[in-house]
Amino acid sequence: MVDLISIENLEPLKEIIAQHKEEPGCIMPILQETQGAYGYLPIELQKVIADELNVPLSEVYGIVTFYSQFTLVQKGKYKIGVCMGTACYVRGAQNVVDRVERELGVVVGQTTEDKKFTIEATRCLGACGLAPVMMINEDVYGALTPDKIPDILAKY
Amino acid sequence: MNMLNIKINGQDVSVPAGTTILEAAKSINVHIPTLCYLKGINEVGACRMCLVEIKGGKSLVASCVYPCSDGMEVFTNTPTVRDTRKAILELILSNHNRECTTCDRSGVCELQQVSEDLGVREIRYMPNKEEVYTIDALSPSVVRDPSKCILCGRCVSVCKDVQGLGALGATNRGFEKSVEPPFNMALNDVNCINCGQCIINCPVGALKEKDDTDRVWEALADPTKHVLVHSAPSVRAGLGEAFGLPIGSLVSGKLAASLRRLGFDRVFDTNFAADLCIMEEGTELIGRVTSGGKLPMITSCSPGWIKYCEMYYPDLLDHLSSCKSPQGMMGAVLKSHYAQSQGLDPKDVFVVSIMPCTAKKFEVLRPELSQNGLPDNDVSITSRELARMIKEAGIDFLSLPDEEFDEYYGDYTGAGTIFGATGGVMEAAARTAVEVITGKEAENIDYEAVRGVEGVKAADIKAGDLTLKVMVAHGGANIRKVMDDLRAGKLDDVHFIELMACPGGCVNGGGQPIVSAQDKMDKDIRVERAKALYHEDKDVLRLRKSHENPSIKKLYDEFLEKPNSHKAHELLHTTYTARPKINNK
Amino acid sequence: MKKSIEELRQIGKEKLDRIGLRVGLEAKTESKTQIMVCGGTGCHSSSSHILIQNMKDELKAHNLDKEVEVIQTGCFGLCQKGPIMIIYPEGTFYSHVQPSDFKEIVEKHIIGKEIVDRLVLDEIKADPNDGLNKLEFYKKQKRNALGNCGLIDPECIDEYLALKGYEALHKVVTTMTQDEVIQEILDSGLRGRGGAGFPTGMKWKFAKSAQNDKKFVVCNADEGDPGAFMDRSVLEGDPHVIVEAMAIAAYAIGADEGYVYVRAEYPIAVKRLTIAINQAREYGLLGKDIMGTGFNFDLHVRLGAGAFVCGEETALLNSVEGKRGEPRPRPPFPANEGAFKKPTVLNNVETLANIPKIIREGAQWFANMGTDDSKGTKVFALGGKIANTGLVEVEMGTTLREIVYDIGGGIPNEKAFKAAQTGGPSGGCIPTQHLDTPIDFKSLAQIGSMMGSGGLIVMDEDNCMVDVARFFMDFIVDESCGKCSPCRIGTKRMLEILNRICNGEGKEGDIEKLEDLAKALKAGSLCALGQTAANPVLSTLRYFRPEYEAHIKEKKCPAGVCKNLITFTIDPAKCVGCSLCAKKCPVNAISGEVKSPFVINQEECIKCGLCLQTCKFKAIDKK
Repeated sequence: MVDLISIENLEPLKEIIAQHKEEPGCIMPILQETQGAYGYLPIELQKVIADELNVPLSEVYGIVTFYSQFTLVQKGKYKIGVCMGTACYVRGAQNVVDRVERELGVVVGQTTEDKKFTIEATRCLGACGLAPVMMINEDVYGALTPDKIPDILAKY
Repeated sequence: MNMLNIKINGQDVSVPAGTTILEAAKSINVHIPTLCYLKGINEVGACRMCLVEIKGGKSLVASCVYPCSDGMEVFTNTPTVRDTRKAILELILSNHNRECTTCDRSGVCELQQVSEDLGVREIRYMPNKEEVYTIDALSPSVVRDPSKCILCGRCVSVCKDVQGLGALGATNRGFEKSVEPPFNMALNDVNCINCGQCIINCPVGALKEKDDTDRVWEALADPTKHVLVHSAPSVRAGLGEAFGLPIGSLVSGKLAASLRRLGFDRVFDTNFAADLCIMEEGTELIGRVTSGGKLPMITSCSPGWIKYCEMYYPDLLDHLSSCKSPQGMMGAVLKSHYAQSQGLDPKDVFVVSIMPCTAKKFEVLRPELSQNGLPDNDVSITSRELARMIKEAGIDFLSLPDEEFDEYYGDYTGAGTIFGATGGVMEAAARTAVEVITGKEAENIDYEAVRGVEGVKAADIKAGDLTLKVMVAHGGANIRKVMDDLRAGKLDDVHFIELMACPGGCVNGGGQPIVSAQDKMDKDIRVERAKALYHEDKDVLRLRKSHENPSIKKLYDEFLEKPNSHKAHELLHTTYTARPKINNK
Repeated sequence: MKKSIEELRQIGKEKLDRIGLRVGLEAKTESKTQIMVCGGTGCHSSSSHILIQNMKDELKAHNLDKEVEVIQTGCFGLCQKGPIMIIYPEGTFYSHVQPSDFKEIVEKHIIGKEIVDRLVLDEIKADPNDGLNKLEFYKKQKRNALGNCGLIDPECIDEYLALKGYEALHKVVTTMTQDEVIQEILDSGLRGRGGAGFPTGMKWKFAKSAQNDKKFVVCNADEGDPGAFMDRSVLEGDPHVIVEAMAIAAYAIGADEGYVYVRAEYPIAVKRLTIAINQAREYGLLGKDIMGTGFNFDLHVRLGAGAFVCGEETALLNSVEGKRGEPRPRPPFPANEGAFKKPTVLNNVETLANIPKIIREGAQWFANMGTDDSKGTKVFALGGKIANTGLVEVEMGTTLREIVYDIGGGIPNEKAFKAAQTGGPSGGCIPTQHLDTPIDFKSLAQIGSMMGSGGLIVMDEDNCMVDVARFFMDFIVDESCGKCSPCRIGTKRMLEILNRICNGEGKEGDIEKLEDLAKALKAGSLCALGQTAANPVLSTLRYFRPEYEAHIKEKKCPAGVCKNLITFTIDPAKCVGCSLCAKKCPVNAISGEVKSPFVINQEECIKCGLCLQTCKFKAIDKK
């Protein structure tokens, strides 16, 4: 995993903005790269983007909250993405999510108190052949059943 | 012009190319309901109330955005159209806080109107449980109640595109979509200039002014208080609409009479202070022009514009005239000269201003607009709040006689009254400045070049050998164009700029009576209300130049000495402070 | 270095000498053996990239790295059996290959010339060579859009050139007028593969006739249907076909700039596409003065950020412009006012993947395939309760039965087919009685579904159709942009009703409410997402109404899915008291004395079904 930049350090952000500023419709790539670098998009970063692009903060915030990949809060060290595509769903992905939630004591969209895990219900990961599928950061787990969950989580 | 022939409900109609179905229908008096539509500002086809059927079409179309094409056959009243509109309306109502009886907007609510028109009697699709919303009432001007918001987007478009701000925006998506300030902060903490344009363009009661009428009632009922009221120019051009009069009815006489009936001890007119403002500002301008002061000088009457400047152009604050706004000047004079002359302790004098403006509520709270710890004005209420007070008091506004404002501080000229329209301050200033500079009476005092609703206007005003280059802009987005040019050094040869935060000036202020989007299709309320003021200026009032107002002369003679005197500076001038756009700390 | 067509052809020819063995030609170079390993997302997820590295290392250790090449390809389609490996020239088809299998493959197959038996599918055990042509899965397929997927190294432009790559672009820019190109596409009968099936040639024609100094071509690769991944596979397996097709489209309409809008969830596709664009630029196939004809065209990649609605073309354009991805009212249509208000053609990935071959082979070649209504082939992502999950491309008009049973291998675990869902959240569920419908745009619409982008999810008797309708509605509620009121509120209300029904709180009249709302959504929504959002509900109501009624009236879920409507009990006659279920139960709802029957505390049971899976004595009843 790449180390994330602290939001105290705004220089990398300004570089990202400068790199894209002249492209039409640049705000999406800027937000994507910023989140890539800082891990999330808090007000401190969005304000800089709004000012540098000379657009209202409400516009930046409106875009960030429209797209589900952008996040306003820091995520856990391990992101658990349980695929909720149709193929996984009809093969029991809901039971997998239920079990993950129960094991970690938080629900989809939340991060455990120790900031270790964040559970996400993702869109189709395209690994339908392995359904139901779950990813923990880069690791893929396929053909899941709920009782496999505790052992998998124990690895992290 | 390229004309198109279409049929609406079997009726032939010929319209110019580019006309929407909604407009074509309106032209033959076929009514199509709308909610999100706001002519020229929010044409997005989102609410789906205006759905119509087109012969051969696959699905219904939103008539507000669908352009007519030659030979098109439109049906606005088929079973599918009616059923679909009604089902969608029920859905909107299922997610709307339907406390109509206690809602601020009752009677002027577009949603209520459409529900009545479509004959909704039950809502079939109620949610399993009600959503919970929080009201944002932290701003001194604007209250936001998300439980009533129908997400039409009109306020968002007005704030962003017309006002150039974007204090509110669309956030989240789907059912979670919301219209709110970024990070759901309070309006008070974001780049809101308190102009209230969002309010007058909201179809429902999701945005409303902070109601201050209780404080007025309380003061009126307090025997120890001497309660004064003064009413701004534009109030007389809008107030009648709240009582069913046509848009642009001039009601100066009934306004004075109604204020008197409400029990104010004296009924004065902010127009007096507008004349006073011209004396101060005109003198300041001449001073800056002749002695090399900061130019261009920019007017400071509009509190929305002042906050705009403080947030967006803090580097250019020294271009602002140091004059208080007419509201500020009026309060300052009343609590000093009037109190003194009546032998009253200023502490016992309670000054109420009636304004077409919600930003004035913010202005009265400015610490710099006070003397000895007493605010110049105690409460500022909007035209709408005044209308409510009149109704609550049981005053039959329409049958009131026309009365005069009380003498002295109620005396005003045509120059004062046209302050309410864009270009009005500039014209009033020109009428006085030209005569002061040349020392003789001007032949023509109608400055047509600065009138009208064009966004940015420029004119040359001849005063003897001197040519004053002036500009006028109204509406935040136009203001930004001018200010960005100024910052870029493109306006160095301009002497004087009038900037008004609201489009059309104060006549279309955020505190004025609500006009529905459908009514705005036919009439430009900025133009209609301005007409009322220019009519009073030209046809009703004897005097049309501020420096000819005898009471103004008297005030200088017996109290202020002369314009821009030490005393005048103390009472009538102010300072400005830079402030952050977003306050997230 | 910019290359002339002769140089490009020379590169292609030299490459063909090397890779010809994959298409049945003699190998003319030193590497006599080529090992193709699938690097599509499905196989990549099963660590095929590690397998590739292991293979390369092992070959090197045996000094075989000159003679034997290991090539990472795009998707072979048979994801269920992945990772897939094919060894040429013999075409040995290995499946389920693990990273640890490298040693055995190198030593036994490459060196020992022996088949690694355990990696061969039963079906072709007898003769594992030339598996691509022998497996039932491939026999009924006609791979056009997927033609190069699995055959070439997607990160190597030379391999694309070897198989006639960029010949179509050359033909177009040097020998055809804009109108001729458009006519060719019109004549082919190609219809958009993204969902609506609008004739591609018409789109081009409109955009061409729009007068403007600037035009755009946009590739819609925001494949959002849950369970559809054909666009991803094309981008991963054959990215150059998209670059070439977009250049052809640009030439036809007079555009000089293009965007590929691709889901950010597809990192491999993005990477390979970016490589392809850079390679094409290097060879002068993108940029200024392409092939010396004065035609200019360049491409940018834009990433989506997780919004299904951006698959809708006007929403996609807003997203490209850096706005919230809310659809715009039409007209104006993108052909007149698209990206940045300029005339724009938007085509889906699979649509574009057909273009170069149509140009090379002629419109008639394409039009000869398919049905009267729909020409050519269609890729389906086959998933759900089916033996061969994966990607299949069949001629239009193939029946659902052929896809499910002949290609897909039928339903596993001896379960009965219940329905096939096509068209994703906009589509519908097709029941058994329509299994023999020849699939094309028209027939699917007639039976209450739609082609959509090509997701095809098979459901068996264990799937509850009300729950499936609820699943899609839940998806739509999540993904509705919220702009227009019928979709924003209507889908939410429909979901509430469906939740109610699934929770056993359904009321008399709920079905009628669903139908009324569905009508309003269809007639009144701004974009296709809302207009079609009710289709899964309508089609399940059409074919499985008794299942809804059972939920509402009897408070029963016949398929045993809806948790509030099922109970798990232990049959004391069968329970031997082994206590295994009690140990597995995550909420300790099962208790009893060892060696005597256990009981489930219904108050505490969360109906996860673990006990049912655990019990070896079939003592757990689900009702």
